[in-house]
Amino acid sequence: MPDRSMIHLDRVTKVYPGTVDPAVEELTMDIQEGEILVLVGPSGCGKSTTLRLINRMIEPSGGHIFFDGEDVTDVDPDKLRRRIGYVIQQIGLFPHQTIGQNIATVPKMLGWDKKRTAERVEELLDTVGLPAAEFRDRYPKELSGGQAQRVGVARALGADPAVMLMDEPFGAIDPITRDRLQNEFLRLQSELKKTIVFVTHDIDEAIKMGDRIAILGERSVIRQIDTPERILAYPVDDFVDDFIGSGSTLKGLNFERVSGLALSSYPTIKVGEAPEKGLRAMDEANREWTLLLDREHKPLRWLRRTDLQRGAGDMTKRGQHIRAEVEPNATLHDTLEEMLNESTGMCCVVDNRGRYQGVVEISDLTEVIRRLRTEAKEHYDALETVS
Amino acid sequence: MSQRIVADPERKRTLDRSMTTDDDETDLAVASAGVSKERSRPMGLLLAPLGIVAIAGALLVYYDSLALDPDVNIQQASALDWHTKLWPQTVEHLTIAFWSTVIVVLIAIPLGVVLTRPALRRFGPVVLTVANSGQALPAYGLLILFLILLGQGTTTVIWALVLFALLPVLRNTMVGLDNVDRSTIEAGRGMGMTKWQALTRIELPLAVPVIIAGVRTAMIINIGMATLAFLVGGGGLGITINSGLKLQQDPVLIVGAVMVALVALTFDWIGAVAERYLKPRGL
Repeated sequence: MPDRSMIHLDRVTKVYPGTVDPAVEELTMDIQEGEILVLVGPSGCGKSTTLRLINRMIEPSGGHIFFDGEDVTDVDPDKLRRRIGYVIQQIGLFPHQTIGQNIATVPKMLGWDKKRTAERVEELLDTVGLPAAEFRDRYPKELSGGQAQRVGVARALGADPAVMLMDEPFGAIDPITRDRLQNEFLRLQSELKKTIVFVTHDIDEAIKMGDRIAILGERSVIRQIDTPERILAYPVDDFVDDFIGSGSTLKGLNFERVSGLALSSYPTIKVGEAPEKGLRAMDEANREWTLLLDREHKPLRWLRRTDLQRGAGDMTKRGQHIRAEVEPNATLHDTLEEMLNESTGMCCVVDNRGRYQGVVEISDLTEVIRRLRTEAKEHYDALETVS
Repeated sequence: MSQRIVADPERKRTLDRSMTTDDDETDLAVASAGVSKERSRPMGLLLAPLGIVAIAGALLVYYDSLALDPDVNIQQASALDWHTKLWPQTVEHLTIAFWSTVIVVLIAIPLGVVLTRPALRRFGPVVLTVANSGQALPAYGLLILFLILLGQGTTTVIWALVLFALLPVLRNTMVGLDNVDRSTIEAGRGMGMTKWQALTRIELPLAVPVIIAGVRTAMIINIGMATLAFLVGGGGLGITINSGLKLQQDPVLIVGAVMVALVALTFDWIGAVAERYLKPRGL
């Protein structure tokens, strides 16, 4: 992703008439082209206000807003908004218009001809996974919550804006549908590469959706802005730490994969090989366990020294059945989950054909966690020395 | 534990299905429910014309049975003459009701729109109070007041009725606009609709059902009140009713009253039909 600022807020301030404390105080921030920046914070911190300042649904009391380098603080707000997609929690579909007419709202305002608009509507309905033939002429009341939200997204994409503002778009949807919509949206975004500012109060949603997360405190002051990985590994202060809550280490493991680890190696013997060979290998490697593999190199069982000392015979009945097995693209979160199911506390790594690659131990995970923390800390220390 | 789950595979499958059921299934149910509701005809709209025709038929039979003959009863025959009395009075009556309703609509809807804009919202209660007092004044007093101001004639009646029937349309316009879901306006403005576009494309269409209900009420009030137009020389079917009273001729009184009722019922029905078919689809 090229680091090109798509939206730049320069000391943007909002003071509501009749109040002394600003709702948003001198907020300066850059949103890079093609990223999802999530604004997250406790209720009343001004994150929605901040979002609405960007498309000037709320007029800033001070500061400047730049859009792709152009100062848009004083341009006609209605024209500005036609260049920005806007999705809100309540969706706000027009109940008296068909789905097709809803989606055509912005193209119509921009004066597109009928043919181009109709084609665009069809394309967008396909994009969000609603067959145009079936849905174009329906009315919003005939849609489920999930479908309505998809239409809301399609409508926001109407005239193919470079920027989308989303205010808790999945907030009012049941958890199962929400999860599916989030995944669909991330897949969509990987193709569309829009610049997106996304507001939520749910830190888990922020971690899932965000390329970067800005954690906002009161008056919309940025407490920390960074990738989810780094925020989880190194919350800069107690406020951020409290906000991301317990389990941040576990959540952080979602961003690391087995393929990024140096795997531990364990002695192995194959079915039919002499037990003495295994014992020798265990002595050499100084390990308490050895792995029994079948002829295709697939792990079968964990064997202890005593299992081998019982002499030759059918090894497949001895030792312990292997429960934990992951492939290299598994996240460390899933790996840990597998490990907890395994009495040996170790997890076998196999390739996509099930062949033995190595072993992950709990100490490998703690090592990763320590590394992430150190890296994040070094990153922040470096920032501090620069400033 | 694991055995129990395996032992009951049917139950597990049901659970899985209920977990992963795509919401499309329920949508179809919602959709078909919506369609069937739209297709079902409200019986009232069909029955009302039958009732009106029945009353009209009964009136016709009664009118015939009077066997009006100037030589037998000059008072009845003259008061109930179709060509010189009843028909011209009906036309006058409708003219009064029509113009007063049109003027009410032309004043009250724009006023309601203006009074729901943020800048002027605070004046809403004041104007509603004035309109309320218009309706609170006795109709008779209002007519006399306008008679003093404007002199005799149809115009006087029309303006008095405008003041009298302003409230339902004004109030319904304001309520209808206020009840429009804020999120639809927010979404519209957020996509770059100007205030005017949001008003004409979202707010007013969505407020139409409530506004029309107000107009219908105003129209019925006006048809009813036009019966008093004769008091200030404005004509209308009130003349026939008044003649019946003054001359103590019950048939005259009955024909006049039923004529007014017929006119009111007919226009109420037209209003109901308009309410139904002017309502935007999808609501």
